[in-house]
Amino acid sequence: MNKNDIIQTTRRIESGEPLLDLIDLKTHFKTDRGLVRAVDGVTLSLKRGESLGVVGESGSGKTVLSRSIMGLLPSTAVKHGSVKFAGQDILGFSAKQMRHLWGAEMSMVFQNPLNSLNPLMKIGKQITEPLKLHLGMDKATATATALQLLRDVRIPEPERRLNQLPHELSGGMRQRVMIAIALACGPTLLFADEPTTALDVTVQAQILDLIGEQRRERNMSVILVTHDLGVVAGHTDQIAVMYGGKLVEHAPTKTLFANMKMPYTKSLMRSIPKLSDPSHTRLATIPGRPPDLVNPPLGCNFAPRCMYALPKCHVEEPPLTPTADPKHVYACWYPVGSPEFEKRDAELQANGYMPENISAVS
Amino acid sequence: MAGTGKAHLRDGDKVLSIEDLVVEFKVGRGNTVKAVSGISFDVLRGETLGIVGESGCGKSTTGRAIMQIPPPTSGSIVFEGAELTEVSSNAVREARTRVQMIFQDPVSSLNPRRSVRDSVLEPLEIWKRGTKEEREKLVDEILESVGIDPARAAESKPHQFSGGQCQRISVARALVLDPTLIICDEPVSALDVSVQAQVLNLLEDLKEKFGLTLVFIAHDLAVVKNISDRVAVMYLGKLCEVASSDDLYARPSHPYTNVLLDSIPEADPEADHSVGKIVGEPPSPVSPPSGCRFHPRCAYATSICTSEEPQLRAMGDGHFVACHHPVETPVKIS
Repeated sequence: MNKNDIIQTTRRIESGEPLLDLIDLKTHFKTDRGLVRAVDGVTLSLKRGESLGVVGESGSGKTVLSRSIMGLLPSTAVKHGSVKFAGQDILGFSAKQMRHLWGAEMSMVFQNPLNSLNPLMKIGKQITEPLKLHLGMDKATATATALQLLRDVRIPEPERRLNQLPHELSGGMRQRVMIAIALACGPTLLFADEPTTALDVTVQAQILDLIGEQRRERNMSVILVTHDLGVVAGHTDQIAVMYGGKLVEHAPTKTLFANMKMPYTKSLMRSIPKLSDPSHTRLATIPGRPPDLVNPPLGCNFAPRCMYALPKCHVEEPPLTPTADPKHVYACWYPVGSPEFEKRDAELQANGYMPENISAVS
Repeated sequence: MAGTGKAHLRDGDKVLSIEDLVVEFKVGRGNTVKAVSGISFDVLRGETLGIVGESGCGKSTTGRAIMQIPPPTSGSIVFEGAELTEVSSNAVREARTRVQMIFQDPVSSLNPRRSVRDSVLEPLEIWKRGTKEEREKLVDEILESVGIDPARAAESKPHQFSGGQCQRISVARALVLDPTLIICDEPVSALDVSVQAQVLNLLEDLKEKFGLTLVFIAHDLAVVKNISDRVAVMYLGKLCEVASSDDLYARPSHPYTNVLLDSIPEADPEADHSVGKIVGEPPSPVSPPSGCRFHPRCAYATSICTSEEPQLRAMGDGHFVACHHPVETPVKIS
């Protein structure tokens, strides 16, 4: 297969048609301790132009999921299932084959822009490099395109920036440069892995707006990976909540926030401090920590930390179940709204949603 | 912004009182970074003061100046009646047993090659508090109170704990010397939301249990609101606004405070997510703008803002703002 085949196939994907299909994707790592099931059976579909938020705690597999799709994994990774991008299965692609897709078809904005930019290379060169490689531009055209890209991501004085090194820019500016590089070759799929975690709240808002704006203008699909439900709420069409390598709830964004089914999603939401609450409001916490992915618990992965778990949860794994809206699926035996949940919730509410004692939290 | 002035200082049982604090760093070519430019504030016993602001506003530098790392360029820092900028280095060392600090990155602020229990024990050994048995008993008690199993702590290194647990261990280490004041420098910003809630609740519990006074430095306004009694908003080395926590969020008067509040992403897809009131990023602290330091980014700026630095003045009970054109109408926070 050559480069042109791939580009032609992807170009045929119009807005609204499926661009990415994951079917039962599993990514496991061989380690001394045993097999780490970092991603364990994820099925998802993303249309061109759509944005997907992948939400979860550290260790939920959200970063490994995006890297599995990009093919950016160490050799200890074992992958199963299928990743269809623009109609072809790319899971088995070698790095050499993937190189035609990287930058040109899919690209990634990383969490820490200072570590992801080459500290010794001028900004201009870092942007023009993929333009020359993938699009075969000559130096003058590439430089002109780079300037336009810097303007697109609203970097002030773009001409001067071309000759600067990453350390001369602020964190927000560096993240804008990262986005400019990621956008350079006009990818159809952009991954943003915690793109704003290292940034201030004012800059975070600007960067999220920028990604959204570029998505609409370029008709790209965006996968936004984050632990912050606040970040995905205003900037995605659908949300996938991950826990212990599995998808535990997946729904269109508005549906999810209006009608959370999975106690885990609900607990994540409750643990965010809210500006509308008076100060010193006791925060709801999720006791314990994410499961060990070498020896995941029997039954539901979340059961050991779930305040609503009943005996069945500890022995039998709940399947992904659709709600009345078939696009909204969740994996829970006693979802929010079920009689068992409501009964327990009334008890917990009387208790202020607190775990019984502090040692349970460690 | 910009404010200098001391209208907001109070009487009462002050643990910490800072006046005209200036911290500058020489950066070569004759340039100076004006990290903190003349701020004053006080902290009463048992109070939690939150300091918020963007990167580079000087909030961490302020926290470190209290610990004398490094000593400030000028200004006064009075801690429990002692002027820390004037006393001998031995007296500063002694004072540090009563002012402790917790840092942002919990894993790298613990020694990776020692058991975490040893790290918590070390301050007691340095100060030779009690007998060996008493020290070990105290360490185990403190570890229990932050929710860490002492037996596991004795045999484990920091990398064997999660980020949240390492932050608990840092808290334990700060607590063993029975401090009066703990300076928390972005203690939860490296943690997941679920773990962040655990650590915030823990700090509230410990504050009660050990009778602590806290200075809580963070960029996340929702976190600061949750834990603080009083909040100081900083911008480019100056104070903009000081108010009680609930009052600040109900009636933000400084345009900058309003912008900060508007920028918070709300976990509600129906909310209005269009932001964009603020343009660009903070200017360089090497050559801060004249007059009010916020004026180049402020939607309300007029000519007076470019020439004259606003002083902190009272807007209401315990609410102070340094602005020529404070926002009068309360901004709705749903």
